Order: sequence, then C-alpha cells, then structure tokens
Amino acid sequence: MRKAVLPSLIIFVTVAILARLFYLQILDDEYKLKSENNAIKIVYEYPERGYIYDRNGKLLVANQPSYDIMVVPREIKNLDTLKFCELVDITKEEFDKKLKKAIVYSPRLPSVFLPQLNKREYAAFQEKIRKFEGFYIQKRSLRDYQVSVGANVFGFITQVNPAIIEKNPYYKSGDLIGKQGVEEQYEEFLRGRKGVKYIQRDKFNRDIGPYKEGIFDTISKQGDDITLTLDIDIQKYGEELMQNKRGGIVAIEPRTGEILALISAPTYDPALLVGRQRSKNYTELYNDSIAKPLYDRGLLAEYPPGSPFKILTALIGLQEEVIDEQTTFFCRRGFSYGNRFMKCHDSGGFSLNAGIYSSCNTYFANTYKRIIEKYPKPAYGVDAWSNHLKSFGLGNFMGYDLPPGRRGNVPTSKLYDKYYSAGGWKSTTIISNSIGQGEVLMTPIQLCNVMCAVANQGYYYTPHVIKKIKNHTIDKKFTTRHQTTIDKQYFPPVIQGMFDVYNKGTASRLQVEGIEICGKTGTAENFTKINGQRVQLTDHSIFVAFAPKDNPKIAIAVFVENGYWGARIAGPIASLMIEKYLKGKITRTDLEKKILNSSLESEYAKVLSGQPFRINL
Amino acid sequence: MKNQSVTSNLDWITVLLYFILVVMGWLNIFSTSIPIEFIEFDFSDFYGKQLLFIILSIPIIIVVLTIDAKVYEKFSFVFYIIGIVSLLGLFVFGKTVKGQTNWYGFGSFGLQPSEFVKTATSLLIAKFLSDSQVFLKNTRHQLIAFGIILLPVFLILMQPDAGSAMIFLSLILVLNREGLPEWYLWTGFIAIVLFFMALLIQPIYILIGIIVIMIFHYLRARRVDRNPLAYLIVFVAATSFVLSVGFVFDNVLEPHQKDRINVLFSDDVDLKNEGYNLNQSMIAIGSGGLIGKGFMEGTQTKGGFVPEQHSDYIFTTVGEEWGFMGSTVVILLFVTLFLRIIYLAEQQKTKFSRVYGYCVASILFTHYFVNITMLIKLFPTIGVPLPFISYGGSSLWSFTILLFIFLKLDANKVNEW
Repeated sequence: MRKAVLPSLIIFVTVAILARLFYLQILDDEYKLKSENNAIKIVYEYPERGYIYDRNGKLLVANQPSYDIMVVPREIKNLDTLKFCELVDITKEEFDKKLKKAIVYSPRLPSVFLPQLNKREYAAFQEKIRKFEGFYIQKRSLRDYQVSVGANVFGFITQVNPAIIEKNPYYKSGDLIGKQGVEEQYEEFLRGRKGVKYIQRDKFNRDIGPYKEGIFDTISKQGDDITLTLDIDIQKYGEELMQNKRGGIVAIEPRTGEILALISAPTYDPALLVGRQRSKNYTELYNDSIAKPLYDRGLLAEYPPGSPFKILTALIGLQEEVIDEQTTFFCRRGFSYGNRFMKCHDSGGFSLNAGIYSSCNTYFANTYKRIIEKYPKPAYGVDAWSNHLKSFGLGNFMGYDLPPGRRGNVPTSKLYDKYYSAGGWKSTTIISNSIGQGEVLMTPIQLCNVMCAVANQGYYYTPHVIKKIKNHTIDKKFTTRHQTTIDKQYFPPVIQGMFDVYNKGTASRLQVEGIEICGKTGTAENFTKINGQRVQLTDHSIFVAFAPKDNPKIAIAVFVENGYWGARIAGPIASLMIEKYLKGKITRTDLEKKILNSSLESEYAKVLSGQPFRINL
Repeated sequence: MKNQSVTSNLDWITVLLYFILVVMGWLNIFSTSIPIEFIEFDFSDFYGKQLLFIILSIPIIIVVLTIDAKVYEKFSFVFYIIGIVSLLGLFVFGKTVKGQTNWYGFGSFGLQPSEFVKTATSLLIAKFLSDSQVFLKNTRHQLIAFGIILLPVFLILMQPDAGSAMIFLSLILVLNREGLPEWYLWTGFIAIVLFFMALLIQPIYILIGIIVIMIFHYLRARRVDRNPLAYLIVFVAATSFVLSVGFVFDNVLEPHQKDRINVLFSDDVDLKNEGYNLNQSMIAIGSGGLIGKGFMEGTQTKGGFVPEQHSDYIFTTVGEEWGFMGSTVVILLFVTLFLRIIYLAEQQKTKFSRVYGYCVASILFTHYFVNITMLIKLFPTIGVPLPFISYGGSSLWSFTILLFIFLKLDANKVNEW
C-alpha cells in the first residue's frame, strides 16, 4: 500500500493537470480572444467611398477628408485634460462625458472621442498629439455634395450604432455606414473594403512588427462609383417647383423603369448631414413632425389616387369587355345608386373618350358597376378587378432599390366581407373605388409606375435608381419586363382620352408647344383627425402624365397635398417637368412663374391653427 | 561475470528522458528570449547562458558518475553540513534579489545553494533511514528525520523563500514509504484541505461536515475502536485548526501570499496588479489551442506579457507555442521519468539507494506539481522552477546532480549484495 502512494499521487495530479489544460486550451475560447486583444493591434485603413454620378455623368457626390480623434481609454496616461479641452474646444464636462462613454464601450478598444474635425482643427491637434497618450487620429472620408438637392435619394452617412456592430462584424465602433437612400442600398459597393493591418505588440503596447510577417493583412479596396438614373437637372427643377408645398413627384423613363426624378417636399440640403453638426441637424430634421423633411413622400405617402385611377377603371372595363370605345353613359350631374348619389361636375352623354378627358364620375361609376356585376357574385368581381390592379404592381412593395416603401392598398373581397359581413355588400356599396376615392391607396411611385405601364401599352419595368455600378452589373430584376393583365389593344383608346385631356379636357390650359402630352388630372378628397374628429381638408392636387404620346420618354406622377384641383398645381408642375426634361428649357414661363410663387403654407397652417376653417378656396 | 562499467549498467531510458526534457527546455527558453530581429547568437542572453549551463552539465554528469557510489553514502553527513553552512553563509555573503537573499553572486553568474541542499538532505535522509537500527515507528527517530528535513527548511524560510522550503516537505512522502505512521500523511493532507476550505466557506459548515464524517466513522467502526476520547481530540484539533485559519491568513501570511490565494479563488481581482501574472499565464496557455501557435510564433511570448517566462513561467511558452499536444508530450515525459525513478528505486538492493531514489522522485514531482498547477489556476502561485526546463544554472545543475547520483547508485546495484 505504501508503495502505491507516490505513484497514485503522480497519476492523480497529472490527470488533473491534463484535464485542466484540455479545458483551457481546447474547450474555452476566452483566452484566444484575450490573447488577440492583448498582443495584436488592428489598424484599419479606410478606403474612399465610391462617387455618385447622375445619368448624364454629372458628379453628384464626392468625398472630403475628415479626421476623428480616437481614444483607447486604457492607454491614457498623464493627460493634461485642461490643455486637451482647450485645444479641441470642449468643456471639461463634455470631456468627462465622452470619456465615460468610451469606457463603457470598451476600455481596450478604440472609440471615437471627437468626430469629424475640419482641417484646421486637425492641424492644431496633430501638432500636439504626442502629448496625449491614448489618443490618436483616424482619417476617414466624408461626403462632399456637389449639389444641394436629392437628399432623399442619396441618404446620408452616419456612424454605426452598437446594434449594427453586433450584427455585422465588418463594422467597428466609429466606422461610417450609409443610411437611407442609395447610401444604404448600395453600401456594400460604395464603402469598398477597409484594409486591415495586424501589428504585434509587447506588454508595453509598443509595436514590435507585423503579426506573422503580415500574412493576414489586407489592403483597402476603393469603393465602387455608382451612376444613378436620376437626371439631376429635372430633380433640381422639381425641388424648386415644390418649394412651399408638400407632396411628391416621381418621374420614370417608361422604356426602362429608370427613375429620372424622385422628389419629396419639403426636403433638406444633403450637406446638412455632414460633419460635426450632423447630429444636431439630424435631430432637428427628425423632430420636425409637421413638415417631416426626412419622410420621403414619393415613396412612403399613401394617397387615394383620385381621378387618375379612372384610367385603370377604363382599362379593366375594356379588358373585361363590359364596355367598348363606343359605350356611352348618360350623366345627370351625378350617378344615382340606391338612395345615394355620386356628384359629377358635368352632364350629358359621354363616350369613353369624353369620359376620360372630362373626368366624368358617372361614366366610371357605371363601368365599375358593370365590371363587378359581370360576375355571379360581387366578391368574384372585386377579386378579378384587384388581380388586374395587382398586375400593375399595386398593393405590394415594388422592389425598387431604395430602402423605404409602402404597399399601398388594393382591396379584395376578403376586406369587404370583413367590413360589411359576407354577402352584405354589392357593387354600389364600393362604388367610390371607380374614381379612386375608395379603399385604394397608392404611393406616388406606384402611380407613376401605372403611367409607365400605360405608356408602354401593357408592361413595365421595376422602377430603380441604379444605372451602373463600376465593376459590377446591376440586379437582373431591373431589366425584367412585367406584363400587366391588360391586352395591348385596349390601351390606344385610353391613351387617346388622356391625350385629349390636354387637347380639350381638364388640362387644356397646360399644353406645351411641340410636345404631345397624355395626362390625367386628379382631385382627391382627404381627411385628417383634429382632436379625434374627422375633418375634411382641402383636396389633394394630383396629376399623372407621360410624353411624347407616340414614343414616351417620361412618365410622371405629381401629388401636391391640399393643392385643390388637379390642374391647379400638380398639372402645371407635371407639364413643366416634362418640358424641362424633353426640351431642356421652359417656354411656359407663365406656368413656371405661377408655380414658383404659389405657396400652400397658409393651407397647412389651417390645420394647426386650432380655429375652424374653410376648405377648397 | 557481471559487467561493472557504469555506461553499460546506466539506465539509458532515464538518461534519454533527461536529455529530451533539457533540449525541449532550451528550445522554449530560446523562443522566450530571442529578440524579434535575431542577428547573432548571444551568449549573454538567457538562451546563450542556458546553452552554456547545458554544456557544462555534461562534465558534471561525468564527474557524478565517476565518483565511487559509496562516497555518496559515506560522506552524506559532510555534504549536509556543507549545505547547511552554505545556507548560513547567505546571511553574510548572499545577494538580495527581490527581497530574497538566496544567491551567491559570481560576476554575471549566480549560485543558489538551496537547490543543492535538496540533494544533500536527500542523501542524509537516505543514510539515516538505511541504518538497520532506525525505525520510523520510533518517536525519537521520527524527530531526527524531521530535524534533518526541517533544519534547511528553517534556514530557507529565513531568506525568505517559501517555495524552495515547501519542496523539502515533500520528503514526508519518502518517510511515509519507509514506515512513518500513516496518520502523519493523512493529517497533513486533511490540514491542507481544511485550510483551503476554511478560506472558501463559512467555518460553521466545515464543522458540521466534520461532525457528520465523525458520526459515520463512529457508526462504521468496530466497537473496540470507538474511543470517545480519540474522537474528542480529533474534533477539538480540527475545530481549532479551522478557526485559526482566518487568523493565520490575516496575521501570519505576507500580503503577497494572501494575494496569491485570493487570486486563486476569486474572480474579482485587479488584473493589472496581483492578478496580472496568473491572468497572463492563463492567456498564454489558453490561447495555444490544440497544436499551438508554433515554435517562436507565440504572440504572448513574443510580446513579453508573461513575467519570468524563461524561468518559473517557462511552461506557458510550451502551452502557447506547442499547444495541448506539446504540453501533453512534456507532461507525459515527466510522468514517465517519475515512474521510471520509482520503479528503479523499488529495484534497489540497498535501502540507502531506494530511499534516495524516492527522495529524487518526490522532489522532482513536487517541483513539477507546484510549478505547473500554479500556472493554470489549480494551486497558489509559488515560485519554484520546472526541473530541466526552466532557465537557470543552479537549478539545472542541482537537478542533474540529484538525478545522476541516483543513476550512479542504480548502475552500481549489480555490485551490491
């Protein structure tokens, strides 16, 4: 027994040591990470972000150098805080707050102490940097905007937040990332790839050379330039026209689905979101809950489409063969159904052509009634109708290449079964759908897309803002044709009607010399809630158009909130935009002057005044 | 006719294990001490000096093997006296490094007598126990044996060098093998367990535990063995020991010794101060993974994060650069060496050789145990070198002498009757 004591002890101790080593070296990863933090310093080299050009090759967004003061809290030594504060012009309190924030993030890892110094501040600090151990300068590139428009399309650059860092290991604290617009959508191309250098350090944090002779190091890769489909001239013109108004304009080249202009009003100068004032400015824009400058109305605002929807009613009526070109309905200043009455502004007998150019409610109410009643049950009729609408890309996300979006709304029989209980409704219950005032909702870009499909006589391409990415091809889905359910033969009469809108209809005063424009006015009733009460506001002014009639180069949808009737504000804007795009200059200076000088601010103020107000004046 | 030459009777397995360990040790010292930009071999650097130590250990081995085996037994007392005098001499001529006076300085080289006293003490213990008149059941003989061990322990504690002193206590394992009543070992073992438990948990729970164990023991013991007085004595002794641990910890231990125990048990330590060594050592070993970062590729080693990495912390380089595989190889080499020595010891024909062999195994094993477990948070930090691996002339030569005296005795066994 005694002989066995020492050997047993040796075996026992050795097994314990081996078990412990197995745990430390193989099972537990903690020490590997600690070792990397300990001995390897990672230095990033930030590439320049890709430039952004417009469709004609005009430079829109370039870069300017920016310098961040970075801090590694653990490495701060013998700091003369007062001197430091004086040099970078912050107070002691701010200094303490920033340092605390950095320590909370990590005492070991670098975080941004003071972002985006300008060249002068940088030079002053760089001179003294050796006195501030633990601080260093990280050069990055910031956006330098060549134009003061298009903020909603570009988006902006911001520092990554902790949630992103956690999700995507590419980003480290202080890195910049694109937010909203193409900066977000094409982030991976624009940002390039940052270079990484692993540097071996000793216990005094001195660099002692590249880790493993640099075999893990990578060099930075410049961001890829992108070319947008925007025509910056009409983008700029549109933003000018929309001054002092709220709403959205979307212009698309029907042949390709390329977005020529995407305007949201009010908007802001993209340069506001660059530099040290970025955060302050962003908060200001963000908190403007009345004008909502960050809200992209062209993509997000869901409006009842109003009269332009009559184009779809007509097309579906033709496709369903419930009307033809010769079908005539008689209007007596309105359309009676049951004991109710839908008002119309005219009277007499209307053919399809006159129905469109005069925007006769009665005509389309009758057509819609026939569409629904063609089927044995109204539910089947509604579903056939909504399937036609969906083929135009309505009622769903369109798949365009900008981050925000809304589905809009295309009602189906299910919705009405829920509203009125199954079988408790018929065509006349939902008759306001016929003129775009029912449950149908569209965003301006959806409405513009409908115009493209009409201009193309039956198909469209998914709208997109990307034209070219250097070294890459663009997504195939933007070159895939989407066919609607309406046959080609049914388009010409409708297009003729829209042409006559300009010739002799509701937009006859908006004609542009030398351009054959097809359009449709819209005037949409709309409501808001004030202190819980449903209050009607001045109608939205809506206009859709495409031109030239025979070889459409531009389709456009204009929504102006509370602009009253369609030909009042939206119509002139559409005509001017088309003229600007096709001719490059404006002959209708009378229209231009009127629009530039018109302001709807007094209209928007009514809602906030707290006083009773009158509308549609 | 038996072959009486040393070379043919030498246990070459042990010699081979010795050389493998020494070479592995040197490779690791080389890795810890060469600068990033290696230009030329420098004999004033750790790896250069260690190479000299290794080369010089060969004539030492030859001398040790040439001396007649009887000399070690006959002159054991003389060696012991020389050892004790050299320890005493430290108080007059010694060099003080980091608060410890345990070196004689000769230019850039130093000599640490406590390393050699281990061998001398082992020889004297072996000599004493091999006397046919000596029985360890006899209290007077027990006291003499303890005296032989405790005299150098006392002198070394004065330096103060608790680590080296502790190594001598491992000789109790030898006494146990040679017939020391077993309760000594048990008492020592239980005392260590109780000491750490008393630091970790409330004393009241330990006392409850002791009572429960004693009740079980009482119920299972034979009727004649149920001596109430014995239980009472054991209980009182255990209780007062447990209750005194707090006092000892607070008043007897040095602050750095308290820190080392705190670091072992608590996660709430300052990694920049008292927790630094252990943390860096764990990082170096833990980051090695299965196959390690490769020879001379250890980032922790290159960065010099682990203190004293060439000496007491040399195994962290093994762990980092050679990984779990390499560490296991080194550990298995040690275990093989220990078991081989014990096996050989049991084969000895004289009691002197056997006891000495046991002393060698116990001393080497205790170094190995204390050195490696302190690096991986299994045992408090106690600075002792890892035999054959750690940097240092005194330790390499003293371990070499310790081991090769035994090999000489072993080779000589064919001449014993």
